[in-house]
Amino acid sequence: MALLPRVAFGAGPATSAVNTTGLAVTDTEVTVGILHSATGTMAISETGSIQAEKLAIEQINAMGGVLGRKIKVIQEDGASDWPTFAEKAKKLLVNDKVASIMGCWTSASRKAVLPVMEQYNGMLYYPTFYEGLEQSKNVIYTGQEATQQILAGIDWITKEKNAKSFYFIGSDYIWPRTSNKIARKHIENFLKLKVVGEEYFPLGSTQFNSVINKIKLTKPDVIFTDVVGGSNVAFYKQLKAAGIDLSKQALLTISVTEDEIDGIGGENIAGAYACMKYFQSLKNDNNEKFVAAFKKMWGDKTVIGDVTQAAYLGPWLWKATVEKAGSFDVDKVAAASPGIEFKGAPEGYVRIHENHHLWSKTRVGRAKLDGQFELVFETADLVQPDPFPKGYQ
Amino acid sequence: MFGDYSIGDLGSIFVMQGFAGLILFSVYVLMALGLAIIFGQMGVINMAHGEFMILGAYVTWLTSNAFQEYLPSLFPGYFFLAMVLAFLASGALGMLVEWGLIRHLYKRPLDTLLATWGLSLILQQAYRSIFGAREVGVELPQWMLGSLKVTDTIEVPINGVFVMCLTVLITVVVAYVLYLSRWGRQVRAVVQNRIMAGAVGINTEKVDRYTFGLGCGIAGVAGSAFTMIGSTGPTSGQLYIVDTFLVVVFGGAASLLGTIASAFSISQTQSTLEFFMSGSMAKVLTLLAVVGILMLRPQGLFALKVRK
Amino acid sequence: MIINSRFFNRSELIGFIALAALLFVILPLSLDVFRLNLVAKYLTYAFVAIGLVLCWGYGGILSLGQGVFFGLGGYCMAMFLKLEASSVENTKIQSTPGIPDFMDWNQITALPFFWQPFHSLTLTILLIILVPGLFALIIGTAMFKRRVGGTYFAIITQAVAAILTILIVGQQGYTGGINGMTDLRTLKGWDIRPDHAKVILYFFEVFLLFGCILLAQFIRLTKLGRILVAMREQEDRVRFSGYSVANFKIFAFCMAAVFAAIGGAMFALNVGFMSPSFVGIVPSIEMVIYTAVGGRMSIFGAVWGAMLVNFAKTSLSESFPQLWLFGLGALFIAVVLAFPNGLSGLWADYVQPRIDRLLASRKSKMSNGADSSVAAGAPAE
Repeated sequence: MALLPRVAFGAGPATSAVNTTGLAVTDTEVTVGILHSATGTMAISETGSIQAEKLAIEQINAMGGVLGRKIKVIQEDGASDWPTFAEKAKKLLVNDKVASIMGCWTSASRKAVLPVMEQYNGMLYYPTFYEGLEQSKNVIYTGQEATQQILAGIDWITKEKNAKSFYFIGSDYIWPRTSNKIARKHIENFLKLKVVGEEYFPLGSTQFNSVINKIKLTKPDVIFTDVVGGSNVAFYKQLKAAGIDLSKQALLTISVTEDEIDGIGGENIAGAYACMKYFQSLKNDNNEKFVAAFKKMWGDKTVIGDVTQAAYLGPWLWKATVEKAGSFDVDKVAAASPGIEFKGAPEGYVRIHENHHLWSKTRVGRAKLDGQFELVFETADLVQPDPFPKGYQ
Repeated sequence: MFGDYSIGDLGSIFVMQGFAGLILFSVYVLMALGLAIIFGQMGVINMAHGEFMILGAYVTWLTSNAFQEYLPSLFPGYFFLAMVLAFLASGALGMLVEWGLIRHLYKRPLDTLLATWGLSLILQQAYRSIFGAREVGVELPQWMLGSLKVTDTIEVPINGVFVMCLTVLITVVVAYVLYLSRWGRQVRAVVQNRIMAGAVGINTEKVDRYTFGLGCGIAGVAGSAFTMIGSTGPTSGQLYIVDTFLVVVFGGAASLLGTIASAFSISQTQSTLEFFMSGSMAKVLTLLAVVGILMLRPQGLFALKVRK
Repeated sequence: MIINSRFFNRSELIGFIALAALLFVILPLSLDVFRLNLVAKYLTYAFVAIGLVLCWGYGGILSLGQGVFFGLGGYCMAMFLKLEASSVENTKIQSTPGIPDFMDWNQITALPFFWQPFHSLTLTILLIILVPGLFALIIGTAMFKRRVGGTYFAIITQAVAAILTILIVGQQGYTGGINGMTDLRTLKGWDIRPDHAKVILYFFEVFLLFGCILLAQFIRLTKLGRILVAMREQEDRVRFSGYSVANFKIFAFCMAAVFAAIGGAMFALNVGFMSPSFVGIVPSIEMVIYTAVGGRMSIFGAVWGAMLVNFAKTSLSESFPQLWLFGLGALFIAVVLAFPNGLSGLWADYVQPRIDRLLASRKSKMSNGADSSVAAGAPAE
């Protein structure tokens, strides 16, 4: 970014006016925390988020920062360990007095950090698609909640494949279980179709032969999966080895992004459908610029998944909110959040809902051999976030 | 429980589940053989066993990349070379570790447990620094993918058959080496009476080193075979370590036959249970059964002596 | 070994006073509440480490499943706190108010029976001791009566840790699953989250810790402690002398379990949550390393070991996250190969003799012929 013109900071409004609660804001600088796992098992997934957030912050700084102040980043490592997340969040808020935190990935880390955010009144921008059932003044959820992500995808594949029966396979924790619960209610109560099986495996599990046998016997029209992490690799390899051809057997996943395909291998998953809000292959100006900037900063080989894009939104939404509120104060930022728009989002236009989630489109992509997705469907309008869906609980 | 399925389906279920269990069995045997040799013959607990496996998997990945780059025409056969290389790499590292670490600890088995755990942490971080935190996908030659169709509902995955053949082969070779070869006799002599073995002119240190190397080398081959089924990442090895230990302990240390029998019973129990309940509960019940049986029969299925 | 009729010999007394001064005075005065709370977290592992000194250092029983007991104690405490945080008032947004939020998410509509006792603080405190104690009793009886020991015992305890983790994660409707129990707020209406509460909890914990240290020291000095050592060295001779070796082992294992459980309960109070990541194999082995670093024979060493290793973990992972695992791995190897008696061994070998020499030379100047071999042993031997 050295080629960009130097920006002079310090031309914004007086610090005493924009910071009444003792945050780390000076005339020329404002401090923001990044809190993800750089080590441990989750580092695989969270690295992309860190990269996207740093990219966004660098771009914001190159444009003159926030209220005339340059964003200074303090990065902490959650080390894939939930108490460490809580501890570091507290450090960022209490010791470093950061104005906001971009961070967390797993539900468990968010649940650990949430009480800290509420107690010390911080502002968290959380990028991952997640199970919903949560809403906080101190959190902006830049990923999709479960109903937003799943329902449109199920409707589409039901129509497209004329599906009558579904089989659920997930990792055993809250996000897959809640997502499957919502999917099941939708399929059984609204679409009046059948779920013929629902299976959970411990995180990190690598033996899927039994469930694959069950799939062969029950012959579901659609396999619906939310298996996470390294288990994915084993699952798709074994699926392929068992002779299940994904070009014939419809499979809808809500947990495999471009990041995961890197490990699975395109040849093992080609033909599967994924349902989320962003794919790297989206064709629009914002996204082309974003992908180019991302690759320039982090190397040609990097891939960008749904969560990485959502993480990129965090700093931009925060900047827009601070500027609308005219203040870094957390209370004012939280109050000003509903209605904030970001037109430069790689996924297209997004807007913050009153419940602090984002309005966003839902898309379905088909995995290709080269590890990218080919867009096959997107909702016509933005889908409303509904973290406490009636009739789905 | 059976109501939803027809008789023909049930037949297929049992065949296919039996087969799934056999694949799991082969995996357990491959993983446990190396550990059983080291633990049974030498009394050393090698907590870094999983990391030796993953080394084999990474070697396979490197070989596959090298073939794609330089010898694409020979790619279909690369896997055989990769397994040999995996054996050599893990075996060499094993001998190095024996020389640098294990031989100082033969009289303190509990301490080898801690030291090798430390080694496993170092190896994990080394893999992460060298190969990156992300899982790597090993590309397989085309002939290994897909399945053989036996009937409409029964299909047999080719890589599963491959793993099973490999397991049989390695077991036979290990049994031959340990029970019929000259070197195997030396190993058993050292196990039974180290001092006497030394007195009759066996170089006990050398025997120890090669035994440890052999055990680790087999782990490397297991890792190589594993790339067909599972994922390869810095921490993948840790996932298997408890299962593997239980297989060895359940079988009764110092017994090759015991290891095979215990791998068979554990894998069949687990894959049968998996069909009727969730994966998590199947795992819990299997492990509980193993621990329960071990409490009643601490010497394991086949054992000479474990009373302390 | 010098058998001392006093409760502490001189060097132990020095160790005791130094530790008391550090924990009661120096740290609270010099650290801010955030760092003090971190120390409180480190010290919860010191309870486990003291237990391991008794059962591993003295009894020779290496348990790789202390996380199980730490977790059981922690979960008992967390269940009480979670119930209190889930009053009907706080949870009116749920479809079934008055039950913990994760139950509601998993379509459980009534509090399961085994949660009922945790409405009462007295029962909770009893259960924190009893549940892990009984569990250890069952495992210990089954194993030691059949003379299973050494590496077999280690591997089986490890398997127990694996089972409990899978069970907690799998039964998330009852346990909170992998997220654990979060958002614990009050203890009998007293908010445990603000700074002044953290300070009070810290001092409470340090008091408890010293209680455990004294108890462990007492056990060590009774005949029981000596039998444990004898058993570790020559199990058969102890058995031939007419002692029931199994019973002593069971006792040591149960004590270690109870200590670990107290640590777990304090963890839930100080940190404000509990999750299965403290139950499994990895944390259980790390707990052993705290003891090994401190010195497996030294009660004070265990406390130091727990504090130093955790402090190193926090500071190294802040500045050099990559280095931390290398460092931890090297620590495991070094503590086994180079200094098997840990820090207390180093102290006894290098520092103690110098202090003695210094004192002795001064004494001999004052009065000739003073006995200079009083504290030749390790500080806690």
